Amino acid sequence: MKQKELNTFDKPRNIKIMLGGFFVFLVVLLVLDYFISKHAYFPCEGAPQFFAAYGFVSCVVVITISKILRFFTKRDETYYD
Amino acid sequence: MIDLITNGTPPALIFILGAILIPFFKGKLKSAYMLLLPLIAMAVLLSVPEGEYWHVGFLDYQLIFGRVDKLSRVFGYIFVLISFISTIYALNVKDDLQYVAGFCYAGGALGVTFAGDFFTLYIFWEIMAVASTFLILARRTSQSQKAAFRYILFHIVGGLFLLAGIIIQITKTGQITFGFMELQGIGAWLIFLGVAVNAAVPPLHPWLKDAYPEATIAGAVFLSAFTTKSAVYVMIRIFPGAEVLIWIGAFMTIYPIFFAEIENDMRRVLSYSLMNQVGFMLCGVGIGTQLALNGTVSHAFAHILYKALLFMSVGSVMHVTGKSKATDLGGMYKTMPLTCIFCLVGALSISAFPLTSGFISKSMIISASGHEQFFIIWLILQFASAGVIAHAGIKVPFFTFFGHDSGRRAHEPPANMMIAMGIAAFLCIFIGVCPQFLYNILPYSVDYVPYTGAHVVGQLQLLMFAVLAFYFLLKSGRYPAELRAINIDTDWFYRKPLTVLVNLMGKFLNGLNATMDLILVQKFTGSVNAFAKHATASTICFFLSFSPKKNETKDTSNTSASSRLETAFATGTTPIGIFAACAGLMIVVLYLLV
Repeated sequence: MKQKELNTFDKPRNIKIMLGGFFVFLVVLLVLDYFISKHAYFPCEGAPQFFAAYGFVSCVVVITISKILRFFTKRDETYYD
Repeated sequence: MIDLITNGTPPALIFILGAILIPFFKGKLKSAYMLLLPLIAMAVLLSVPEGEYWHVGFLDYQLIFGRVDKLSRVFGYIFVLISFISTIYALNVKDDLQYVAGFCYAGGALGVTFAGDFFTLYIFWEIMAVASTFLILARRTSQSQKAAFRYILFHIVGGLFLLAGIIIQITKTGQITFGFMELQGIGAWLIFLGVAVNAAVPPLHPWLKDAYPEATIAGAVFLSAFTTKSAVYVMIRIFPGAEVLIWIGAFMTIYPIFFAEIENDMRRVLSYSLMNQVGFMLCGVGIGTQLALNGTVSHAFAHILYKALLFMSVGSVMHVTGKSKATDLGGMYKTMPLTCIFCLVGALSISAFPLTSGFISKSMIISASGHEQFFIIWLILQFASAGVIAHAGIKVPFFTFFGHDSGRRAHEPPANMMIAMGIAAFLCIFIGVCPQFLYNILPYSVDYVPYTGAHVVGQLQLLMFAVLAFYFLLKSGRYPAELRAINIDTDWFYRKPLTVLVNLMGKFLNGLNATMDLILVQKFTGSVNAFAKHATASTICFFLSFSPKKNETKDTSNTSASSRLETAFATGTTPIGIFAACAGLMIVVLYLLV
């Protein structure tokens, strides 16, 4: 008997809808930032869109450093054998 | 001993003694028995009020098997709970070694948790080390045997640090009970170092990322829960507020995320991510305020559940495909949708999305750092939070269940695995939605509201814009490609240069041994023996060689004289020998006559 398979995330239309929803959600978060009362521990925390910028930059930095790290640490799978 | 019976059996002994009987049960009875053990332990935990129980006399000391207070109780709850879930997950395994090792290991962790004195702590600490090694050995591959060997060596060294510190401390104070200790003096530092090994503090961490991915599928779930978290518990118990822990913890949150990002083996990614989460906890211990310690305890509680869930979901894929590397997986959601959902719940929880357990626990630690005005630490923890979603939140589910289609079409894992993952996933969301259930059992009263507008929006911005960055980098081909490769870490020092050193030392010492054997045993000892045997005859021969001879040439005379003397000394028939024998005989005769 052939196993039942899902392909929800393979259909370009579905991916488009999900990406659309994702970008709308990002915009909503940016807008919401102006309507919430902040209880900041530090001045920068209260700055508009601080967390959005910090999250984006952090992820880029993490991945960039990882790529540089790989240059030094990458070895063949049988390196220790 | 009476105390042991009147207050119920300590949870640690329920697990360890119960483990011994596991091989005697068969089939469904075995499953029922194994599920009953954590339930009995939980019943004991729930029924025993706070206080000190289960005293056992040892030499001149009283060992305390049960220091029950709010701190030990909450760790006890989660250790028993995860044992129950892990046991369900492992029910399809037909290997008693894993069951016995798993239960002894969990029992060791419970023993450490409720230990009221250093001796008890050390005994259970070592039980954990030995039992957990068998969960790695039980995979029965050449790689796992080697990894298990390195793992136990590392833990023996850590255990010796702990033991040395304990002995110094007991000698200094005369007390075996332990509690808060200033991080001053060699004893305290050795204890700290011993515990730091189990907490996988860099650079003492490589045993974790080396051994956990080599363990059995169910073994890795057990392993993810106990060693590091019991070390966190001991840190909370002994070194709360030790400032060095703030920096160690902060460093530990960022160091592993870079390695996790470029790692191919999903269970190794999770191992690095485990270190990152323990970093948050150690940072909380270092901050040491009530909010920070509550955050640490709740994060340990939440982390055990979602980390086990992630190991279970990746383990399930491994169970049905035999693969755990990103390069071999992808597109698994098509035939394993439920496992995929469970993995996503774990990924959301570890990323601390609102309405999941990670959100209500990790935020307490970060808020505590803000409350104490540790700005740099606060920035590092926020940075690490974004890093978590990049490697554990997205990478693990994306490259396993989505990403490029590997073409593998595996079915969902057995029902027991699904049930275990279902329970863990439910608890991750339940704790996130109803945090009071967890907050109510924390060591200090909780005056913290996780769900404020600023906090929810701020956290969602941090995470979602990190996802956006991930999306752009992936789309533009700048994300590190999946590669069939490994990455060297600090274990390189003892797996490469140290191996060369060991080989060189082996050659040098073995050569020295062989030379000494040749010189001392084979040559020198033989010469001494020969000399002792022939010394008298040789000496006399030497002196006889100077005496004049009449009818024989000197050489012939010397040879025959020396051979006669040799024979005479060998048979005891020299004039002196005969005379001595006669004298002895005379004494005997006189003795008999008189």
